[in-house]
Amino acid sequence: MDLVKLQRQLVDYRASLYHECVLDEQFTQLQQLQDENNPDFVVEVVSLFFEDSERLLNELTKALEQQSIDFKRVDAHVHQLKGSSSSIGAQRVQKSCIAFRNYCEEQNVEGCLACLQQVRIEYSLVKTKLEYMFQLEQQILSSGGSIPI
Amino acid sequence: MGMAADSEFHVLAVDDSIIDRKLIERLLKTSSYQVTTVDSGSKALEFLGLHEDLHDRIDQNTPSVSPNNHQEVEVNLVITDYCMPGMTGYDLLKKIKESSSLKNIPVVIMSSENVPSRISRCLEEGAEEFFLKPVRLSDLNKLRPHMLKTKSKDHCKEQVDEKTAFPSPKQEGKEESNNNKRKATEEGVSPERTRPRPRPRPNGITTMV
Repeated sequence: MDLVKLQRQLVDYRASLYHECVLDEQFTQLQQLQDENNPDFVVEVVSLFFEDSERLLNELTKALEQQSIDFKRVDAHVHQLKGSSSSIGAQRVQKSCIAFRNYCEEQNVEGCLACLQQVRIEYSLVKTKLEYMFQLEQQILSSGGSIPI
Repeated sequence: MGMAADSEFHVLAVDDSIIDRKLIERLLKTSSYQVTTVDSGSKALEFLGLHEDLHDRIDQNTPSVSPNNHQEVEVNLVITDYCMPGMTGYDLLKKIKESSSLKNIPVVIMSSENVPSRISRCLEEGAEEFFLKPVRLSDLNKLRPHMLKTKSKDHCKEQVDEKTAFPSPKQEGKEESNNNKRKATEEGVSPERTRPRPRPRPNGITTMV
């Protein structure tokens, strides 16, 4: 595929992520912190986010499976996930955590389970999309091109 | 301007989130500060050379710093997350301000939650700033004045009388006893950050919006 086409594809794809609120302004901030001396900063932070989120989602699943649910613990995990998704600009994940916390406060098991489902969906979405975006960027770089801003 | 390079300022960043640690480290390095990150309040105190089991309040005459710990690494500012398991950022702030050896180190609190009472509490306890997360580069521009003040303060240790020896150019017309507590001033607050006003203070120090 020719370089110009790839670059256009990337620009359009990125725009769609913002348009769909999968990403927000904070992600742009991350990109601005990347430079020649720290060329992999965004990928590194996002990878940490993926690892951490998967850990938290597992903890949440376990916590909600308990006979006697510790809602404080559940809330603590959701709080962490909300924080980290906010830090990388994963807006839809962040928003789904807000609803989740409300159900924790109400100690509503059904609500929590539904929210966990929703958070998983949003997380998968942002993961898939970011991975695809990074792939496009790699293709551009391997073709000798530069990543359009 | 003849100002010393910022890389001579060393910031200790405290956050239990690995993502946020990475972020704050990058932000601070981009601002040309030296950075050390730790993941808990107790590790922060360890790094600062203060052990929790030392009762530094009992004997004010001897330094509360453990002789074994490296206090040659000077820390010019501590920036800490509020919500952390175990010791919160607020607890850490308190311990620093209660320590005879550490109390002059400026402390900044970060939080993802905009809770007015929390913000007031921290500012009253002596935090210089309270940043809402996610922290931006523009927030970090506010750190330099606090660190500069500490540097010039080193020339005249504790027990400075009511007259401030170094009137800071930014905050004129303010009578302030020598402690950097209870100061929440900063000009040029970024407009998109809506921080609630801390309670007005009796000595009329301007609060930030």
